[in-house]
Amino acid sequence: MTHRSVLRGLLFASPWIVGFAIFQLVPIIASAYFSLTNFNLFQDPQFVGLRNYQRLASDALFWKSLLNTLYLTVIGVPVSLTAALAASLALNMRVRGQSLFRLFVFLPTVVPVVAATYIWRWLLNAQYGYVNGALGAVGLGQPLWLDDPFWTKPALILMSLWVTGSAMVVFLAALQDVPETYYEAAVIDGAGPWAKFRHVTLPLISPVILFETIIAGIFTLQYFTQAFLLGQTRLNAASGGPENSLLVYGLYLFQQAFVNLNMGYASAMAWVLLFVALAGTFLLLRVSRDRVFYAGD
Amino acid sequence: MQATEAAPAPARAPNGVFPATSRLSRGRVAGSAWRYVVLAVVSALYLFPFIVVLTTSLKPADEIFKLPPSLGSDRWTLDNYRAALDAMPFGRYLFNTALISSITVVGQLLSSSIVAFSLAKIRWRGRDALLLLIVATMMLPPQVTMIPVYIAWSKLGLTGTYLPLLIPQFFGLPFFIFMLRQFFRGIPEELIDAARVEGASDFRIYRSVVLPLSRPALVALSIFAFMWAWTDFLLPLIYINDPEQYTLSIGLYSFFSEHGVEWGALMAAATLMSLPLVLLFFVGQRQFVRGIALTGIK
Repeated sequence: MTHRSVLRGLLFASPWIVGFAIFQLVPIIASAYFSLTNFNLFQDPQFVGLRNYQRLASDALFWKSLLNTLYLTVIGVPVSLTAALAASLALNMRVRGQSLFRLFVFLPTVVPVVAATYIWRWLLNAQYGYVNGALGAVGLGQPLWLDDPFWTKPALILMSLWVTGSAMVVFLAALQDVPETYYEAAVIDGAGPWAKFRHVTLPLISPVILFETIIAGIFTLQYFTQAFLLGQTRLNAASGGPENSLLVYGLYLFQQAFVNLNMGYASAMAWVLLFVALAGTFLLLRVSRDRVFYAGD
Repeated sequence: MQATEAAPAPARAPNGVFPATSRLSRGRVAGSAWRYVVLAVVSALYLFPFIVVLTTSLKPADEIFKLPPSLGSDRWTLDNYRAALDAMPFGRYLFNTALISSITVVGQLLSSSIVAFSLAKIRWRGRDALLLLIVATMMLPPQVTMIPVYIAWSKLGLTGTYLPLLIPQFFGLPFFIFMLRQFFRGIPEELIDAARVEGASDFRIYRSVVLPLSRPALVALSIFAFMWAWTDFLLPLIYINDPEQYTLSIGLYSFFSEHGVEWGALMAAATLMSLPLVLLFFVGQRQFVRGIALTGIK
């Protein structure tokens, strides 16, 4: 009976298992092998040992792209999650027309990424753009945004603030789960709005914050499309922007693989990315161990 | 709608479009004017880009490049839309994108649901380990598998076709499998057992008990799959070369390469590309938001 039920279970799960074998397991093994070779797609792979990894260590663009991506992960993720949390707190306030406000904030999330990125290229246009128009109107400085290597990554982060809808919905659902009685007890103890947020809301939703941070972190490490499209110029599609300030890791990997056809080198880059993602997740879980509160414990 | 009746986790399942809020008396609402101010400001920030896109797309070129930027115009016009439609075969791109998106939905509906059924409703040893493996693969950067998979498609001579985009859709996606599994778990075991007592096979139970009770989750999956396929950029960029086969994403991208500074036409094209998804979102927002809430939290 148990034996048969295992067969039945595997049979029904077989689409994923077969797909996993074809599209993940075999490619992972192949990728590990390619990372030890020189491979340009047209000739057979040449085994070169760890030379690709050694070359990476002395490749200035590799480090540049890694730092660009870490910038977006270490600064961008907390900024955009904080914005999502702030938006969800505002949208959790009890008012009439609440669902309409939520709709407004979520709407940008459904705009296709290519359209959204070009929309922001227009908004951030240094001369005619509306962001600088608004900054000028209130007497603030007007950065060159996409033309200034210092401002390209803040521009990417600003763009990401516009599409925080998914995190916002998850935070909203978590906020609804905080029992009303906790707040009532806090008020009896004399807690103001900040103390309620700091000592009731934040601890109770901390597992969700951790979860969203890991998801957003992994996602940001793979970042490609927005940077690719912000840096795109007429002559050079995969340009990396001014002084390669938009050359994120995924973009450099794309250049190596699909522009230069250095499949081996790009595979080595993919493996480094995997280890960075694993190390980051591990570190995050480790650091957060004492700071995340699980109600069930 | 009855969308939420079979919800697996009532405490977390929003009742309305978004998690519901109790109705309030007029007096309390009046006393909270500042809340409306906050919400109006937040909404304005998120809506502002839409207003800019729409007004830019409806302005003649000389007004677009006027300083300081303004949202008004004396001469609203549809010229930019005409220019965008003249410059690219929009109908063709729309058809291609709709085709890919629809096949993606079908593939994911069939494959993800049957895997989720195994994980939620068949009791078997190794089930939890498989679930863990499926969830763990979500952490794998796609860059690791992208290159060997590309090499394989190119050795098979199938780059330049839609097959590399479509075939993987028939093997389930961890996100969807997990979402449906969460939903299926909420279907009472008694219903399954009753069907079993009457001699129904597993497939019969999947087909006639579980699927009909899971419409809201299947609709959510369909909306997500459709939107992701519609928006996808990297894979079509890698696999599609022939302009006849371009999707809207790639079409808009190549339009920018050629007409980058024609902001009016570009904003018109961006509007046309986004419109179907915005409409889809308005129709399916309830399921859409619920899908996120189902998977976002464990």
